[in-house]
Amino acid sequence: MITLTHYLVLSSILFVIGLTGVIRRKNLLMLFFSTEIMLNAVNVGFAAISYFYNDLTGQMFSFFIIAVAASEVAVGLGLLVLWYKKGGSINLETLQKMKG
Amino acid sequence: MEAVAFYLFSILTIGMFLVVVLSKNALYAMSALAAGMILISGFFFMLNADFLGVVQIIVYTGAVMALYAFGMMFLDSTKDIKENNKDQKIVYTLSIVSAILLVGIVLAPFIGHNLLLDAPLSDPNIAGANNPQAVGVVLFTKYLVPFELAAVMLLVAMIAGIILVGKKMDDSITMQVDAQIEKEEFHVGEEKK
Amino acid sequence: MDKYVYIALFAPLVGSLFASLFARKPKMLLTGIVTSALLFISWIASIKLLLNIDGDEYVHTKLFTWIGSGNFHVDFGFLADPVSIIMMVTVTTVSTLVHIHSIGYMDHDKGFNRYFSYLSAFVFSMMVLVMSDNFLGLFIGWEGVGVCSWLLIGHWYYKPDVSTDINPAVSPSFAANEAFVMNRIADLGMLIGIFMIYWNLGTLNYHDVFENISSLPTGTITAIGIFLFIGAMGKSAQFPLHTWLANAMEGPTPVSALIHAATMVTAGVYLVVRAHDIYMLIPNVGYFIACLGAFVAVFAASMALVNLDMKRVIAYSTLSQLGYMFVAAGLGAYWIALFHLMTHAFFKSVLFLGAGNVMHAMDDELNIKKMGGLGKAMPWTMAIMTIASLALAGIWPFAGFFSKDKILETAFSQNHYFLWIMLWLGAGMTAYYSFRLVMLIFAGKERFTHEEHHPHEAYPFVIAAMIPLAILATIAGFFEHGFVHYVTHEVLPEFEPEVGTFAFLFLLIVTLGIAISGIVLAVTKFSKGDFDEFFEKIGVMNILRKQYYIPDFYAKKIMEPYKRISEFAWKKIDLKIVDAIVDMIAGFIYKSGDKARWMQSGNLSTNLKWMGLGMVLLMAAILIFRPVM
Repeated sequence: MITLTHYLVLSSILFVIGLTGVIRRKNLLMLFFSTEIMLNAVNVGFAAISYFYNDLTGQMFSFFIIAVAASEVAVGLGLLVLWYKKGGSINLETLQKMKG
Repeated sequence: MEAVAFYLFSILTIGMFLVVVLSKNALYAMSALAAGMILISGFFFMLNADFLGVVQIIVYTGAVMALYAFGMMFLDSTKDIKENNKDQKIVYTLSIVSAILLVGIVLAPFIGHNLLLDAPLSDPNIAGANNPQAVGVVLFTKYLVPFELAAVMLLVAMIAGIILVGKKMDDSITMQVDAQIEKEEFHVGEEKK
Repeated sequence: MDKYVYIALFAPLVGSLFASLFARKPKMLLTGIVTSALLFISWIASIKLLLNIDGDEYVHTKLFTWIGSGNFHVDFGFLADPVSIIMMVTVTTVSTLVHIHSIGYMDHDKGFNRYFSYLSAFVFSMMVLVMSDNFLGLFIGWEGVGVCSWLLIGHWYYKPDVSTDINPAVSPSFAANEAFVMNRIADLGMLIGIFMIYWNLGTLNYHDVFENISSLPTGTITAIGIFLFIGAMGKSAQFPLHTWLANAMEGPTPVSALIHAATMVTAGVYLVVRAHDIYMLIPNVGYFIACLGAFVAVFAASMALVNLDMKRVIAYSTLSQLGYMFVAAGLGAYWIALFHLMTHAFFKSVLFLGAGNVMHAMDDELNIKKMGGLGKAMPWTMAIMTIASLALAGIWPFAGFFSKDKILETAFSQNHYFLWIMLWLGAGMTAYYSFRLVMLIFAGKERFTHEEHHPHEAYPFVIAAMIPLAILATIAGFFEHGFVHYVTHEVLPEFEPEVGTFAFLFLLIVTLGIAISGIVLAVTKFSKGDFDEFFEKIGVMNILRKQYYIPDFYAKKIMEPYKRISEFAWKKIDLKIVDAIVDMIAGFIYKSGDKARWMQSGNLSTNLKWMGLGMVLLMAAILIFRPVM
């Protein structure tokens, strides 16, 4: 019997995997991949809740998150390309202009 | 039956995403990400969210991964990025600890037998309809405003994407074409003479 | 009738505020005239009240409710009953005439306007003191006169400090501080008395307090009486809080005339007279007050015998007469104390004003050894001061005779023979030193050259201001019966010293006798030569001149240690501990901010790590504190 808890545990584990990637990766593109993982994990969680409570709100939320993620990727990649053209590398260490 | 599918999909998904996070090769990471996306859509189908699953495949696996593929081509990230391994220990401890905590928070009602599963409610609008119909009804009634806003946002993102990487956008192509047409006409007209 | 109360009360305040507008400007004659005129109006209002109020009905008005918190209820109320009306008339009479005199005296002073502002403010505070109908209003007036006297004594605050050998009062600002601090010390006692009244009776209204006071246990009443008297001790300069009065002579002379003859120092006597319901219940405390008063009377008179400073002699005589008033009040003869207060106000203030004239003529010279023979140049002043001295000495028909005689009778009739002897000796000494003063200043050869000083009589209007007081000093004694009837009709207890006819005559003769002998001694000694050789011969002159070394004692034993404690508190506690703590807190915050700066490395990866750490901590907090479950 697969209950809501199983899905939520899965979602949490995927989320933490994404978080690890975000923290660990030094390549900006890889960072974006990890962000995608996190978003997908959250989607699974919403869909599971929506199923178990028989309310479509969760699916709607996932739907919108997908839309947002798509546009985010577009703009993010655009910025990344610009940065690459300016800086010549997409290593995170070179992104240190905001030292406080 | 359902349990088998669930565990299979979940193990595969976790494995793929671990490859994305831990791999040194960018190509492997990207492929693993694509695979993971498909498997996620499998979850959606299991959860009776047909529309969402299809959207996941089309948008994520199709469009987003294509974008990333183009990006990788452009940015020449086939060579391995040197990762500094100074504080890997911190990262791993942090992630394992947060995983344990998060799972623990989620599991707490289950362990304490406090979990209440309400009987599924029935929304009169979508009772007896299949999922795409239901999604349609809800999307255009209850969530109309977010829908419109999402549309506007997508438009803005598209324009932003174009502007960010467009080249030679000072001259308008349509204007250019008009001028060229005029020049040719004149030319043609003169040559004809 | 109400409006007379308010006119009498607020006219001086208006004058003070008017003069304060010009405080920083150079001398404007208008301020003096306006304030004197307003005080005259106040005097007229007081006389109106005097004529229209007898003991049957008196005016009790309430301006507004001041404090109404919980059970504690205090109004700004004013009471015009015979006792307060007598005080009002005395205060306004002397104040008006002192104001007019000051216009002449402070002729060349830079702070002319400021002076009149303070003087009128003083009169206002004194009016609040005598007209208030509850203890808290009394206390406000009490503090007000304290502050104004500080302002007035220190009128020439810029004069520098000198050592006590040159000037025992060090400087005007020192004298002002000394007066204020001593008053403050006494005020603590008075506050405790007021607290005790409120604690036990729940009200501070005179009417309610005096009705219910007898319901308290005797110990409590005794304590209240003692504490209230401690306040009176400070204000009326009883021993040991007496040193400020002599040093207060640093202020302008009309100030001394007003404050230290007629008004402020009599506030203590007024308090005891007003609270007679309390003191009647505790005759032991009354006897103590009387003994202290007698002691001060002789003590102060002894210091005046050889003093060379003209104003100081008069100041000691004030101290001595205050002692007399307290003897009367302590023995239960409240109307006698009030009567002596009134007559004393008249003749003492005119003595001070005359001394002011002499100072003005001799360019602020105070040493009577350097004067002499001024009678030729200043006949009016000499006449007025002689009249006042006769009144002070208690010679018939002048006012002092009646009041002082009554006090001696009181002491005798209650079989307090030791008190009577002390008072009798005091009367003799009073006569001696007052005439010593008059003789040394006005009679005989001039002990100065005409290059040093050009003595001239004061302005005519100044003399004109002094004449009413001199007249009152002469005739006030004949109002005794009217006074008695007026005051004891409702308010004060009737008291008549019970002496048989023979004892009465005996006392009369003996008292007059010693007074006249004192005068004769002074006059004859003068014609023989120097006065003070006798005292020098018996070796007490230095002790007396140095005021029994009491100010030195205070300076060494009280002021020095206190100053050292203050310095210690400042250097060690305030600077090292309090400031250090504050600086430490600020420094700690600053340094911790500085140290935490490395967190902002700008490295995205590091920031993300911190974010992850924060998330972990929050989740741990959730699990530990379980807010949801």
